[in-house]
Amino acid sequence: MAVLVEADRLRKSFGPILAVEDISLKVEKGEVLGFLGPNGAGKSTTMKMLTGFLEPDTGRARICGISVADRPKEAKVKLGYLPEGAPAYGDMTPRSFLNFIAEIRGFDGASKFAHVDAALARTGLESVATQRIETLSKGYKRRVGIAQAILHDPPVLIMDEPTDGLDPNQKHHVRGLITEMAKDKAIIVSTHILEEVEAVCTRAVVIDHGRIVADGTAEDLQRRMHYHNAVAVRVAAAEAERLAAALAVLAGVASVERAEAINGHIRLRALPKPGASIAADVGALLRDQSIVVEELLVERGKLDDVFREITTSSEGSRHA
Amino acid sequence: MRNVWIITKRELGAYFGTPLAYVFVVIFVALTGAFAFFIGNFFERGQADLQPFFSYHPWLYLLLVPAIAMRLWAEERKAGTIELLMTLPISTGEAIVGKFLAAWIFIGIALVLTFPMWITVNVLGNPDNGVILASYIGSFLMAGAFLAIGSCVSALTKNQVIAFIVAATICFLMVMSGLELVLGFFRSWAPSFIVDAIASMSFLNHFELISRGVITLPSLFFYFSIIVFFLFANAIIVEQRKAA
Repeated sequence: MAVLVEADRLRKSFGPILAVEDISLKVEKGEVLGFLGPNGAGKSTTMKMLTGFLEPDTGRARICGISVADRPKEAKVKLGYLPEGAPAYGDMTPRSFLNFIAEIRGFDGASKFAHVDAALARTGLESVATQRIETLSKGYKRRVGIAQAILHDPPVLIMDEPTDGLDPNQKHHVRGLITEMAKDKAIIVSTHILEEVEAVCTRAVVIDHGRIVADGTAEDLQRRMHYHNAVAVRVAAAEAERLAAALAVLAGVASVERAEAINGHIRLRALPKPGASIAADVGALLRDQSIVVEELLVERGKLDDVFREITTSSEGSRHA
Repeated sequence: MRNVWIITKRELGAYFGTPLAYVFVVIFVALTGAFAFFIGNFFERGQADLQPFFSYHPWLYLLLVPAIAMRLWAEERKAGTIELLMTLPISTGEAIVGKFLAAWIFIGIALVLTFPMWITVNVLGNPDNGVILASYIGSFLMAGAFLAIGSCVSALTKNQVIAFIVAATICFLMVMSGLELVLGFFRSWAPSFIVDAIASMSFLNHFELISRGVITLPSLFFYFSIIVFFLFANAIIVEQRKAA
């Protein structure tokens, strides 16, 4: 597969602050890369270097094989970029703004209008196309930014928090749009909303303190989680002791955790040994012992927890 | 060139899309007229020329041009649209020239709208219209030089107030450098060629020359080199911000 975005050992500092220490990554055609990390981890700075808005101190960014530093104009032709906060000229309307973008992108006459209309339609902006952008809601403003980025159907799309501040319907719409475009583009999406990674990304890269600390599919990341495939059972406090003992001796169970009693119920969590699946065994055990269960669920290992675990542990190792 | 024009067009649209353009034009036209009639004693002089009208232009520009220029880059930086603009397939130079031209054309429009003064003086007498045309050209060039300074300063900050004050101060010094107030300060200790050099930087001297109808090559060269120099500095500042 063709590598469309390439970051080669990017490094950037702002005065004494080292924003990006060392980031290398490749994104191929058809991939949607989720860029994850806590605030200030260097996500936006990395994106700004990939798009040529900032020059890296060292290292190199390439878009479709074109060096962003050496041939910026050519590289930018191949690129659609939604900057953080989706800035746009507030005194223009979405239509006039997109007309301007289309002209800069080299479209003329009929093809200009066709591209603008298509971008307006894809992002659902037709109804507000003649209102001033500054009067639009946050969701619409974001969509204007997205429309601007996809207008020329670029092979590479880089979006900094495309769904930040959108309502659930709008998020769904934007994710649909990303998935729809994914197959013939390389897309990078930064976010700190982890469900988004599960929803749209084929790959996730977690960065922290300007370095990549994890790289894999959403599934891979979940698997790193301690609670992955753990089984949580909520039972009456009186039954808890008996159940905990029974769970502890099950073959696949590594350990059993118990939470405080709330309203006379206790929540037990059986953690599996690596790779083991214990849901069926726990179910059978509950039936055999005829314990009344209030709640039973298999924990997937929330990506949130994975995220917290990865980013806080890397902080720990750094200070150690 | 195409990109420059696209940016100029957008910027010009932005002026007229906000009250800024109308406020500016009305105040500019009103003040130039008021100065000419009340302070310049347009009628009392009894002469059919626009000298009292043009002689206040440098002072008006001192106030109004930095007000136009302050937003050129500071606003883009503040609103974050600079990130959008600079990741479009255009060069820094195209963006700078495009924005500068838009502001310059805008001031040109305001200047053209002072035509009732020209009509008035032609109704009242027989002025030398060649001199008036030369004065308009000189005034326009001077506005361009102020604007280039303002644009350059505007790229340094995201605060428009700072951009305004710094640009107005620099422009003020450039205007004043021909006057004894400034020259006297240097004359006491600097060699005469430095004093002459400072005097030759004066907007006022060049403008007075042109508004007497003398368009000399050195004066044209002076204004154009100021424009080119500050726009070039502007480009360096914008590029520098990328690496910062």
